[in-house]
Amino acid sequence: MPNTKKRSPLLRIIKDYIKKHPLAFAVSAICVLISAVGNIAAPLTLSNITDLVSASNLATMGTEAVRSAIISSVLILAGCYIIALIGMFTYSQVTAVAGQKYMDDLRKDIFTHMEDLPISYFDKNDKGDIMSIYINDVDTVRQLIIQSLNTIMICAFTSLVSFVLMILSSVYLWLIVIVGAIIMLLVTRHVGGHSSRNFIKQQQMIGGQEGFIEEMMVGLKVIKSFCHEEESKASFDQINNKLQDVSYKANSYANILMPILGNIGNLLYVLVAIVGCLFFYFRVTNLSVLYGMDILSLGVIVSFLPMIRQFTANVSEVANQINSIALAIGGCSRVCSLLDETPEVDNGYVTLVRAKYDEKHNIVECDEKEQTIWAWKHPHSATHDVTYTLLQGDIRMFNVDFGYVPDKIVLHDVSLYAKPGQKVAFVGATGAGKTTITNLLNRFYDIADGKIRYDGININKIKKGDLRNSLGMVLQDTSLFTGTIMDNIRYGKLNATDEECIAAAKLANADSFITRLPQGYNTMLTNDGANLSQGQRQLLSIARAAVNNPPVLILDEATSSIDTRTEKIVTEGMDNLMKGRTVFVIAHRLSTIRNSNVIIVLDHGKIIERGTHEDLLDQKGVYYQLYTGAFELE
Amino acid sequence: MSRKKDANKMTYRQIISVLKHSVREYKKPSIITIFFVVLEALCECVIPYVMSLLLNYLSDQQKLASVSSDFMNVVLIYSAILLGLAIFSFVSGLLAGRFAARASTGFAANVRKDLFYKIQTFSFNNIDRFSVSSLVTRQTTDITYVQMCFQMLIRIVIRAPLMLIFSLVMAIVMAAYISWIFAIVIPILAVTFIIVTFTSVPIFNRVFPKYDKLNESIEENVRGIRTVKTYHREDYEKAKFSKASENIRDDFVKAERLLALTNPLLSFCMYLSMTLIIFFGSMAIIDPNVSFEIGQLSAMITYSAQILSSLMMISMVLVMISMSTVSMRRVCEVLIEVPTITNPSDPIFEVSDGSIDFENVSFKYKKEAEKYALADINLHIASGQTVGIIGGTGSSKSTLVNLISRFYDTTEGSVKVGGVDVRNYDIRTLRENVSMVLQKNVLFSGTIKENLLWGNKKATDEDIKEACHIAQADTFVESFPDKYETMILQGGTNVSGGQKQRLCIARAIIKKPKVLIMDDSTSAVDTKTDAFIRMGLKSTLPNTTKIIIAQRLSSVQEADFIIVMDDGKINGMGTHDELLANNDLYRDIYNIQNRIGGDNNA
Repeated sequence: MPNTKKRSPLLRIIKDYIKKHPLAFAVSAICVLISAVGNIAAPLTLSNITDLVSASNLATMGTEAVRSAIISSVLILAGCYIIALIGMFTYSQVTAVAGQKYMDDLRKDIFTHMEDLPISYFDKNDKGDIMSIYINDVDTVRQLIIQSLNTIMICAFTSLVSFVLMILSSVYLWLIVIVGAIIMLLVTRHVGGHSSRNFIKQQQMIGGQEGFIEEMMVGLKVIKSFCHEEESKASFDQINNKLQDVSYKANSYANILMPILGNIGNLLYVLVAIVGCLFFYFRVTNLSVLYGMDILSLGVIVSFLPMIRQFTANVSEVANQINSIALAIGGCSRVCSLLDETPEVDNGYVTLVRAKYDEKHNIVECDEKEQTIWAWKHPHSATHDVTYTLLQGDIRMFNVDFGYVPDKIVLHDVSLYAKPGQKVAFVGATGAGKTTITNLLNRFYDIADGKIRYDGININKIKKGDLRNSLGMVLQDTSLFTGTIMDNIRYGKLNATDEECIAAAKLANADSFITRLPQGYNTMLTNDGANLSQGQRQLLSIARAAVNNPPVLILDEATSSIDTRTEKIVTEGMDNLMKGRTVFVIAHRLSTIRNSNVIIVLDHGKIIERGTHEDLLDQKGVYYQLYTGAFELE
Repeated sequence: MSRKKDANKMTYRQIISVLKHSVREYKKPSIITIFFVVLEALCECVIPYVMSLLLNYLSDQQKLASVSSDFMNVVLIYSAILLGLAIFSFVSGLLAGRFAARASTGFAANVRKDLFYKIQTFSFNNIDRFSVSSLVTRQTTDITYVQMCFQMLIRIVIRAPLMLIFSLVMAIVMAAYISWIFAIVIPILAVTFIIVTFTSVPIFNRVFPKYDKLNESIEENVRGIRTVKTYHREDYEKAKFSKASENIRDDFVKAERLLALTNPLLSFCMYLSMTLIIFFGSMAIIDPNVSFEIGQLSAMITYSAQILSSLMMISMVLVMISMSTVSMRRVCEVLIEVPTITNPSDPIFEVSDGSIDFENVSFKYKKEAEKYALADINLHIASGQTVGIIGGTGSSKSTLVNLISRFYDTTEGSVKVGGVDVRNYDIRTLRENVSMVLQKNVLFSGTIKENLLWGNKKATDEDIKEACHIAQADTFVESFPDKYETMILQGGTNVSGGQKQRLCIARAIIKKPKVLIMDDSTSAVDTKTDAFIRMGLKSTLPNTTKIIIAQRLSSVQEADFIIVMDDGKINGMGTHDELLANNDLYRDIYNIQNRIGGDNNA
């Protein structure tokens, strides 16, 4: 989809639809017009028949001739109807198919774009809001394309035709209709506007109430234990009453629009009848293309009046679409704002590959299955040779500054190194910048100033995918995906064999709990692995990192309490995984990091102490105080 | 589970009898709505009739060589009648719309309120039966459907059949001669609608779960985006998503195409009746033996449109109602749920002391469960004692303490606080005296102070400070710029796990309870602070019985006695030294914690 901003999102989506399904749109537009023939044929036939059956005509033509004229007229009508039905059938089938295909296109566009967005997008936007784009906003687009668009086209076209017929019949009477139409338009704008605004407000308040209810339901047991029922009822009533007010306004405006428009139509009918008859009575000359400049005849009035009903009915139908249009505008603008987010840029050109040693102990690139090591691949343009250098896992940061927002620096002048195989631990209070540092290593965020080198290569020059793949991460919260346990472990390396996955699970200490499950490795995980315990999820996360086999690891220890035995199993799994790799640990408990090569103490984004456990204890600084419990970690 | 089955069997009559209690003060607006809907429908049927009379008169006059002298008068009379009817219909429509909005939104507000209030009376047992997310859905999405059904009920369900009957009657009265046409068209329409509905519903039933799955996989991606990016699986996820999306696309296309048949089918019936009416109508006009005029013809066309569109409305309403039935049932399920724990008829309002006795207590969560969660518990805790409880996951530690504040009732045996069976106390009195810091604890959005006042509404600022001091929360709270007025975000996401736990402890001790239960409440607090909290409790609440559930032995080591739980039974009881000497399980835990370094950083 073109990345043009400032255009109305609604038009942009419609244009995008037309661009992707031009044939379907053209065919359905033509068929819509054809099907409108059905709406127009009836009043025309009726007015023709009115003329035919008039007493004077019966007298001149004779009953038999009139009968055959009626029959041919009805046959023409039936013919029109058949054409209209074919048109209607075609366009509704075509839009049903194209509309659903477009939904598929749109979902894929949104998803593809979302996958390429930087982590900062997900940090800034609530999960619920993102989901609502897929669930609610895309549906408003469906409504628009499959229903509203066609209805509006048909009704607009039909009313246009009756409009033209009316002006052809009598300009004076038409002028009355015009005034009526303008009033209808104004009423729609006013009432419909109020209704849409309140519906949008209602939507927001429902969101607010959902938040409140969710909070109260999550905390239900706490409410019970503090006997806080009455207070929570009172807060609920407040919110509930406000919602009721808005929703009353929204619904009552929506409910009265149709009676108002319908009866303006009735009034118009009466008005035209009176004025027409007055004209006739006082023998005023008509101004008409069809009937010439004669005196306005009753026949003209008789055929004019049904056209008014048709016209106003169609205008009302268009007005009826106003709420779905308002919703679609909101939906389209949220869809477009996601599509307009700037995706992550990857200017890296250095390739990191999975490799192995061949018989002569040379490094060669290999299939994921045989991989034992990672290598840095550099082609030489002059000789067309490719050489491979072993990726050792040496990480150095030089004077790094960083802020999530440009003018608010959260990391100041951070320099550190981790030699291959070393273990570096970060210690510090919540918000000291421990997680931030690890987010910079794998370029979830880009640094503001300074340099980060990976085996001497500036990480900005490495392809992002390769960089991240070679930096394993075990996060605090394990994300599991719908699929079997095996699939979830294999997420670390897509073409890993079952044996590899099982070996990784064994290394991670996860094998024993998995094999105890009734379906073992084939156990299906759904709903983010809700049936697994916190500890088990973490073991899977470790196994996943193990199968990926990266030279560098980032570990974020879990803070939540798991029972002593499980904790022991998890710790052992992590220890196994750490062997032979460069490791960064975000520590929440000091006991697990004593054997680190270096412990880095962070405070407000600055490194305040660094050294081994013993060094730091000797320094009697912050770490010492933390360790002796005078200060707290969290 | 058995209850769920019952609910599925709930008939419409039962649903209505449950939901009708929520109409209450909106009975009047509902009835007024119905009244005006009837009037509006009547007008809408009479107006075309009068219009046809006017048209007839005009075409009659056209036949004459010269118009009659009272021509303008007649026209004006008809116009006046029409004008009156239009105004009347306008006012009725307006009032019907307003009152319908009043009644339906009011009814929905009442249902929401009834649900929320009902849930507040739930015991833990009731809460466990419904999950949190299902309780949220019932109060949000499901209610929207209930409201929609109600609005349809008082407007369309009344209006559509009325319009159908009125229009049919008018059509027959006006032109019995050609009204047989409806006898042909209506059955055709009905049959086609039934066919379309019955074929498309199963497709939708098949597609919606797939669609939900697709959305779940999107949610997984949003939640797990760091994992996706860490393993550079963006392209893999995109491919997976495309496949799933295309898979449901084909089903959706099928269903949508079936639905897309409704419009042409309706138009077919409409056009068929129009053609027949116009043909037979004009034949009737030129037949000198039948009195049928052009006005009637045009009115017949209007009536046929009204008849067909009311039929369509009725079928739409039926589809909507059947689609909302699940939601209505789910709402009713909560409304008819009976709270399993209620106040006794003659409650005791005084808890004498903090002694606790378990006498032959057995407990299971569900009647039909085979296994007891707790079996044969006998336990006596003297007022003011400190008791530690230790044991692995699933050993029923939490279950044991939940019985003390009567969150659950025992299956057999009795639990006594202050020498009185907990079932004889006023619940509020009991829970104010037995204060519990739950394992899965939450803070609510609002200021820190507001959260702490939950424990005791009348607490002064001094009380708050003191409680925070005991819970070791004062230092960090006072380091915030807004101190006790600091806003806690929903879910308490802006304080760390350890801070949250300490605030929850402060909230529980501000009550100055006779019994304080801490269910694994210091897991995220470091050992030193943990020790300070215990020291503070000991010195400031010496007479309060303290029960501490913990994973870390250091948290319970100095208790008066420690209970080792295993598989719902008491495995051993005694002081730290006694248990170390003669309880294998305890010794095992002790060894593990010390070998891996546990938390001996104190």
